[in-house]
Amino acid sequence: MKHTNMKKMIALALATIMLVALCACGGGSSEPEAEASAEAFKLGGTGPLTGGAAIYGNAAKNGAQIAVDEINAQGGIQFELKYEDDANDAEKAVNAYNSLKDWGMQISLGSVTSTPANATSAEGFTDRIFSLTPSASAPTVIEGKDNMFQMCFLDYPTQGGASAQYISDMALGEKIGIIWKNDEDYSTGLRNSFVDKAAELGLNIVAESTFTEGNNDFSVQLTEMQNAGVDVVFLPMYYQPASLIFAQADAMGYAPKWFGVDGMDGILAMEGFDPTLAEGVMLLTPFNADSTDEATQAFVAKYQELYNDIPNQFAADAYDCVYAYKQALEAAGATPDMTAEQLNDLMIEQFTSMSFDGLTGTGMTWDSTGAVSKSAHGMVIQDGAYAGLD
Amino acid sequence: MTFLNYLLSGISLGSIYAIIALGYTMVYGIAKMLNFAHGDVIMVGSYICFFAVSRFALPPVVGVLAAMAVCTVLGILVERLAYKPLRAAPSLAVLITAIGVSYFLQNGAQLLWTPNPKVFPSVVGNGRLALFGGQLTVSYVTLVTIASCVVIMIALTLFTGHTKMGKAMRACSEDKGAAQLMGINVNSTISVTFAIGSGLAAVAGVLLCSAYPNLVPTTGSMPGIKAFTAAVFGGIGSIPGAMLGGILLGVIEIFAKAYISTQLSDAVVFAVLIIVLLVKPAGLLGKKISEKV
Repeated sequence: MKHTNMKKMIALALATIMLVALCACGGGSSEPEAEASAEAFKLGGTGPLTGGAAIYGNAAKNGAQIAVDEINAQGGIQFELKYEDDANDAEKAVNAYNSLKDWGMQISLGSVTSTPANATSAEGFTDRIFSLTPSASAPTVIEGKDNMFQMCFLDYPTQGGASAQYISDMALGEKIGIIWKNDEDYSTGLRNSFVDKAAELGLNIVAESTFTEGNNDFSVQLTEMQNAGVDVVFLPMYYQPASLIFAQADAMGYAPKWFGVDGMDGILAMEGFDPTLAEGVMLLTPFNADSTDEATQAFVAKYQELYNDIPNQFAADAYDCVYAYKQALEAAGATPDMTAEQLNDLMIEQFTSMSFDGLTGTGMTWDSTGAVSKSAHGMVIQDGAYAGLD
Repeated sequence: MTFLNYLLSGISLGSIYAIIALGYTMVYGIAKMLNFAHGDVIMVGSYICFFAVSRFALPPVVGVLAAMAVCTVLGILVERLAYKPLRAAPSLAVLITAIGVSYFLQNGAQLLWTPNPKVFPSVVGNGRLALFGGQLTVSYVTLVTIASCVVIMIALTLFTGHTKMGKAMRACSEDKGAAQLMGINVNSTISVTFAIGSGLAAVAGVLLCSAYPNLVPTTGSMPGIKAFTAAVFGGIGSIPGAMLGGILLGVIEIFAKAYISTQLSDAVVFAVLIIVLLVKPAGLLGKKISEKV
């Protein structure tokens, strides 16, 4: 009898430990709750704080938190920020969104990544909660939804197209190849817009190859590129698979020109990454942590101090989102006692008429679809750092 | 030549699956449980080796040994805390617990080591062996992985077949109750099984990350699932079967990618698995060895 009790005890203890650990992992989101007050705007967002895409969610959350702390310290407009974990999953994102709604979210930072953002933006549109997503760049996030806005520098029609334009303008190569991740909205969207623009410009795409989540072996894809004689490979993907591609191409002795996208940002900050592998990689990006610009340097220093990491573009975008909100709320004379719906209308009015200067661009404006217009900078990786291309 | 290159890629991928599958099959063969946390023990091993080599600048051999030591202890701990209390419970409960342990390790790693990807330093160097005037290349990692696989496979077969502990393991595998009546300490035997399985996981992790140098808390999960498939393919519980299954799985995957579709490769792999299981329900080598281990 005693033995069974003992067993139960251990099982119970174990269950408790797991529960605590799980809570701890999902947590962080509950930290700012204590400072609740009627004086602050409740700003909510969902992002992958756990799981494979956690680096993006946490970066956005940290970037937004820095902005909120700075703004709150200045007095004036106050924010209360709450991030909920969506694990980069559409269904979890809706749950996370609903819990934010229960919490009393008045304005939203949407979702960090495209797949969850597609789900939460539909909810936010119906509920009339204004949203400015830092980084969900899918056109479907804002399409047909008047209160969904984006901070990320280019939604993919423009980014993929701009990359094709750049390759064409600079005459980087004769034979173009694309390796893309076909189970991800981000990668697929970029690839489609690149291909459309390339057809228009008469670029010669000779090889295309895909991969899916969890794939680590790129030998087949790279062999296809090599056999087709590709000299410029377009890589519309995040930096993690890209780092494997560079390493495996290097081992194969295949050295084409690589052209990346904004998701490539962060590759140099990967611990243990050999920067010579990324030497000469070109990409279009709005944010560069090495920039000598004063605001950027202050942000990078603060981020490093608090989170012991170099901020990537997601962090900068989220930081900008909060400041854009501050500017819009001030201009509209909004007060925290307004309902989400009242704020929604004010924000739509403000965002479509204002011009905003942030870390990821100056003179940013939004059109009525919610897309931002800001310029992309061509960057090339040289000696382990970004350098301007033109 | 392209065909041979693909074949070699397949073998290198397969050898990684094989080495993970050995650990799976070892634990299944003796403890009769599917340790779904195996892939995550691999991840922990890789992190330990990463920190030893990258942060503390220790020689790779020390890194591997440290990873093995930590994983062995981790394996024993997990077994004691999570699986032992459920020894008499239905196997479904143990299976679900194993999935829980898997999430626990993944999220724990994320908490401890952040989700930021790390680039693993290859412990065997990045060199390649060129054959036929450079038309075919085989990386050293592949050679080391295949060699380790063979050595581990032979060592495990000898161990379970010819030592006293191995005998005890086989007895537990056949009938725990009867083994206990014969004076075998079932609990410590199963602990030793987990210790060996987890130690192997550390080696597998180091080789996995040397071949595909991307280390995140979810590094072990997909290869873990593939290796589990490989173990079933070769006949779960069979040690040579795990190796055969792993290599075949890798080769099929690469060929499916190269000649059918990069998108459908996993579907093809699993379709082959289903066909094999329809024809030989115990897996390729399952029947012959299942009584032996």
